[in-house]
Amino acid sequence: MSANVSVDYITHTFKGQPAPTLKDIALTIHPGEQVALIGRSGCGKSTLLHMLAGLLMPSEGCVHIRGHMVTRPSAKWNMMFQKPSLYPWMTVRRNAELGLLFAGHRDPARIDSLLELVGLADKAEANVQSLSGGQQQRVALARSLATSPELLLLDEPFSALDAFTRAALQDEVSRIARQAGLTLVIVTHDIDEAVAMADRVLIMAANPGRIAGEMAVELPAPRERASAEYSRAREQLMTTFDGLVGDGRSTAPQPAVATEEAQREAA
Amino acid sequence: MTVAEGTLPLAPEHRRAEAPARTRRAPAQPAAAQAGAQPVSATPPAGAAVVARSAGSWHTRTFRWPAVRAFLLSTVAYPAVGIAVLLALWWLGGWAIANNDDVATFAGFAPAPAFAALGELVASGDVWGTIYPSLYRIGMGLLWAFVIGVPVGVAIGLSSALREVTHVPFQFLRMISPLAWMPIAVLAFATWDGAIVFLITVAAVWPVLFSTAQGVRRIDPLWFKVARNLGADGWQMLRRVIMPAIGQDIFAGLRLAVGVAWIVLVPAEYLGVTSGLGYAINDARDTLEYDTLAAIVVVIGIIGFLLDGLCVSLIKRFSWRQAD
Repeated sequence: MSANVSVDYITHTFKGQPAPTLKDIALTIHPGEQVALIGRSGCGKSTLLHMLAGLLMPSEGCVHIRGHMVTRPSAKWNMMFQKPSLYPWMTVRRNAELGLLFAGHRDPARIDSLLELVGLADKAEANVQSLSGGQQQRVALARSLATSPELLLLDEPFSALDAFTRAALQDEVSRIARQAGLTLVIVTHDIDEAVAMADRVLIMAANPGRIAGEMAVELPAPRERASAEYSRAREQLMTTFDGLVGDGRSTAPQPAVATEEAQREAA
Repeated sequence: MTVAEGTLPLAPEHRRAEAPARTRRAPAQPAAAQAGAQPVSATPPAGAAVVARSAGSWHTRTFRWPAVRAFLLSTVAYPAVGIAVLLALWWLGGWAIANNDDVATFAGFAPAPAFAALGELVASGDVWGTIYPSLYRIGMGLLWAFVIGVPVGVAIGLSSALREVTHVPFQFLRMISPLAWMPIAVLAFATWDGAIVFLITVAAVWPVLFSTAQGVRRIDPLWFKVARNLGADGWQMLRRVIMPAIGQDIFAGLRLAVGVAWIVLVPAEYLGVTSGLGYAINDARDTLEYDTLAAIVVVIGIIGFLLDGLCVSLIKRFSWRQAD
């Protein structure tokens, strides 16, 4: 069973910052849904994800996962980062089973099948530093899945990979999540990634960070990137994004103006 | 379905049904994997002296003359040249002393008498009785430096507040010559051995402590985040993440500590004790046995060198950086 997530009016101001990074964020994510959070750098999308993971506490408001308030990190809602951040002194297998080791019940058979699932069965005893970036991210995926999470949070996990590896992993994670009925929240600034993976795309704007709008992506599960529907969805998302956040050409290089606009909006 | 059962991607029937391509691809991979892991075994380069056995097995080796040559140079030839230069300078010094009437009584310092005396020391077994107490004191001093330095180092590496609180006192204490503690050590400890171990500890604790703290501060913050996310408690974080991450830093600190400890040991053994290398040097001076004195100096150098080598191998053992 996977989780439904409800975010209740989160506002967050980092220490020493005058303006809130996130303001009045409210959203609901349904069990098994795959949601993308897109927005420019600095819109607070990653901050929001950290709050879902319990790695950061909001100054106001709270997050509930399956009715439980999130107060600390848990292996049940697991986060993957842009860097695979594997532990280089451990083998691939050891890295993958770390969550189980912390929980005190090792399960070698489960790790075997997970490593097979991510295509690294033959690398189980390898040094993680000998793996490619894509393979390392697969180990991180296996590690995240090992603790049977209900919710998988992805913080731009594929942005450091080459385009082919990225596309393959997007499809793979999406497929695995759908099979397991995992709820997936992916933070990205890549429109393609959002269209490739998400059922619903939340568009975030900055100053203060807020959800400006959303768009459903109604494409069948294995997304065919070459199809006309895919291109249409991509274009539609681009248009929606530009309409909500601006096309970036005028506002992005001038953050001061954006701030003034935001202040005027707030006033 | 409960959460515990939420392992759908792993249910075997699912896996087989959904990922046939992967299972089929798997058998083709080992060869490529092997080649990636052991570039040596892939293709024997032309014109090379090849000692190849069953291809793909882990013990397959390819010896190349340039590599062998580089190995011999770095492990035999270059050290030999260094030792030869040192011996030559020593011999020259001994020759100069022997030919100067003012200091001719010190001719025992020259290599030939020194090695003769060393031979006697080793043959009679006296040298072991001299080395053992010194090694014991060094060992105890380093052990205490380790026991104190590592936990304190981890603590100040983790807490910036603690780091700032301890900065002034630690830098102040660190700058005091360990030998300046000598009178206090003699008063505070019932035995001479205790006093010497204390002096060595005082000298050795700082490199261990600061190197440990530095290692902790260099840990990738994401490693903490990931471990917390995977459910690590404080103890597990320490055992599985922090300690393995800083193993090489700890032993790099210990290597520096061995250096200082070894320097402090000899003067510390000038204290009341009647055993050890420092005492032996003092004793040889008092009895005008300069050849024995020089022989002890050689022993000190050799042991120091071996201890350093031990530390280097520990650093390598605990190093996880692949470049090493």
